Amino acid sequence: MSQILQDIQTFMGDKIEVSQDKHYTCISTGADNLPALLGRLKEIHGFNYLANLTAVDYPDRFEIIYHLHSIPANHKIMVKSSVSREEAQFPSTAYLWPGADWQERELFDLMGIKFQNHPNLIRILLPDDFEGHPLRKDFKVKG
Amino acid sequence: MITLSASELMTINIGPQHPSTHGGLHVEAVLDGEMVTDAIVHLGYVHRAVEKIAEGKTYVQFIPYTSRLDYLASHLPTLGYVQAVEKLMGIEVPERAEYIRVIMAELSRIASHLLFIGSMAMDLGATTGLIYCFRDRERIMDMFEMTSGQRMIASYMRIGGVAEDVPEEFYPAVGSFLKDLPAMLKEYDGLIFGNEILQARVKGIGRLTAQDAVAYGVSGPNLRACGVDYDIRKAEPYGIYDRFDFEVPVAQGGDCWDRIMVRVEEIVQSARIIEQAVNGLPAGEIKAKTPRILKAEKGAEVYHRIESSKGELGYYIVGDGSEKPYRLHVRAPSFINLAVLPLISRGGLLQDIIANIATLDPVLGESDR
Amino acid sequence: MESLFLDIAQTLTGWLQSLGLSAVWADFILLIIQFACVAGIVTINVIILIWLERKVSGFIQLRLGPNRLGPWGAFQTIADAIKLLTKEDIIPTRTDKWIFRTAPLFFITVAMMLYLVIPMGDGMQIVDLNIGVFYFISLASLSTIALLMAGWSSNNKWSLLGAMRSVAQMISYEIPLTFSLLGVIMIAGSLRLSDIVAAQSNIWFIVFQPVAFITYFIAATAELNRGPFDMPEAEQELTAGAYTEYTGMRWALFFLAEYTNLVAVSAMASTMFLGGWQGPWLPSWLWIIIKTYIIMFVFMWIKWTFPRIRMDHLMSFSWKVLLPVSLANIVVTGVGIYVFKWMGWC
Repeated sequence: MSQILQDIQTFMGDKIEVSQDKHYTCISTGADNLPALLGRLKEIHGFNYLANLTAVDYPDRFEIIYHLHSIPANHKIMVKSSVSREEAQFPSTAYLWPGADWQERELFDLMGIKFQNHPNLIRILLPDDFEGHPLRKDFKVKG
Repeated sequence: MITLSASELMTINIGPQHPSTHGGLHVEAVLDGEMVTDAIVHLGYVHRAVEKIAEGKTYVQFIPYTSRLDYLASHLPTLGYVQAVEKLMGIEVPERAEYIRVIMAELSRIASHLLFIGSMAMDLGATTGLIYCFRDRERIMDMFEMTSGQRMIASYMRIGGVAEDVPEEFYPAVGSFLKDLPAMLKEYDGLIFGNEILQARVKGIGRLTAQDAVAYGVSGPNLRACGVDYDIRKAEPYGIYDRFDFEVPVAQGGDCWDRIMVRVEEIVQSARIIEQAVNGLPAGEIKAKTPRILKAEKGAEVYHRIESSKGELGYYIVGDGSEKPYRLHVRAPSFINLAVLPLISRGGLLQDIIANIATLDPVLGESDR
Repeated sequence: MESLFLDIAQTLTGWLQSLGLSAVWADFILLIIQFACVAGIVTINVIILIWLERKVSGFIQLRLGPNRLGPWGAFQTIADAIKLLTKEDIIPTRTDKWIFRTAPLFFITVAMMLYLVIPMGDGMQIVDLNIGVFYFISLASLSTIALLMAGWSSNNKWSLLGAMRSVAQMISYEIPLTFSLLGVIMIAGSLRLSDIVAAQSNIWFIVFQPVAFITYFIAATAELNRGPFDMPEAEQELTAGAYTEYTGMRWALFFLAEYTNLVAVSAMASTMFLGGWQGPWLPSWLWIIIKTYIIMFVFMWIKWTFPRIRMDHLMSFSWKVLLPVSLANIVVTGVGIYVFKWMGWC
């Protein structure tokens, strides 16, 4: 695991920040660096299983969180990235993990985050004519 | 000159009102005759915005909502949630509660798999199989009623333990159920699995390769049917699962038949775990002393995942210092498993879609949230 | 008891003639009464059968079945019939209305016509055609058209798929069905059903033709659209197949016709293979009822045990298994008859 981190650090240089909490090793990076980082993690280090992809709406930013696992080696890692609320756009990772397709659609649907180069970015849970994105903090719950 | 064009495609909507879509699933099948050229899944008919509701409820208040995610194995999503919250707040759970949780979780898994066998049989036209499985699932429901007072959506787990201790009559009930389980499986073998027609309908159908399964994030029995030996109870043991001796059944083919067989074998393994847990059940408290108002620290976050009967069930929770979660995300295995339905249905027949849905075993309450 | 119904007919003709009618007219009126009786028998049979089907399926599925209306729920079917009769008759707007309306009538008419040739007792046959078996087979396959009419006119994709399936299925299973009856016809040397029954006075044809009985039974299950071959309906896949758009009495007519066919095909099986109305002690008309109901019970037993076969397996089973087997059966029967004659055994 430490070898992986070392390689990532040499590969990405100062574009990433590594932290460690009780359960996960976390790599934070800018949205533009996500494809390079995630591609490296998947292709070189065998993080072939995207367990979870979600996002959080903070007052000043959207944070996207990838929980990655490598199945035979049983490694796990967390990747985080943020963009401003106005921009609300991340690169799609559906080409790396086809499973990300639906999870990105869900984030687009409920949180209003756009994913560049996503093959089919349409609402998945809510009806097509629904207005707004309910998981945003500024979504009006009371009508 | 006459050019022969390909036959005209026909779009047909399977669901949302359809006998074998297990709730409000809508599959838009594009057919060439009876051959499926594409299947598009439409979700959201059971969407209740559970994640948004969570932001308005305290950590304790949200427990009943989790039961309603996977209502066929209601202890499992609740277990995942309370363990995630305990991880978030650093709460220790008493031994006895841990054992009771394991017993309940594995009973839920058996109940869910029994229902899987039954509904699979019914979707393939063998209605009698459903009733036999319901008969046996009923005994598990009775056990849930003994312990929690509720049969299906029990909301039995609490943050720091469980709601009630198991009553005396629970032990003989679980003992006799485990004793009768081999006979039940033998009966299903004769009625359902041993049937030539059924085997012809599921063998070699809906084949999913290990590589695709992992890339799509498929988990649980569906993943293990593809030859990937990955069970969170072994890979990243939660609770006290590292204390039990059990095997992870793996099949190699990745077709519908393997998805069925893996689940049947899992029933046997779950029974082993329950037996060990009942025998090793220690005396003591069933709930930790927790503060009356539970608060997570500001900026605390956790991703906790358990092996539910459908696959990897994960909770991602972010706290903000108040008694309510700032953000709660449910990683629903049914949702992610359903994404492979188009992949495995293409090139098959219309009837194979039904077999594929049945053996992927989605619960729409969980996938739509 | 034996000649109960014949006596009634005799008395009726006598009474009609005493009113001054000529013999021809009396026979004609009797024929109409006989038709009415067939309709009555069919309806009563279906009411019993639907109740029986529910009870049998309940028994197989560890349930009770209907048990509220009347003793053992016996009036359940009657209550259902009343409900269906009083239901709103919905015809979807974009259907082919004329065909939509006639399809169930056509289906039930064809099903009723099957009973003309079935010997329901000693001398109790409405018309003793010399081509009785041929008549039966050709009429039985006509019901395909009714299903196709229903499926096509409904303007519903599920209905169309169901209808297409049923046509493919019925045409494929018609052939083994006919071929398995051929063996019996070769032994009896007649297409007349009364001759076939008479030829079984010593020994039932199921003894000479066990393979033909099994192929007939399987093909008949497919012909009747019953599980495991209930492709046209296929509830779990096609919602209700060809019947999806039908409601109320029109739908009930389809149901009625299906059960009518079930009785007819079972009665045919008992006539061709199980000695027809022949049997000791009991009157002949009771024997055929007993035999028919035993065969229908087996039909139900199979339906409630097996899952549904897949469409392509269904077709390949017919063409690759049933057809060769029934053909081989004909060859073996032919050789057997020749050997018997040569040895002077018959």
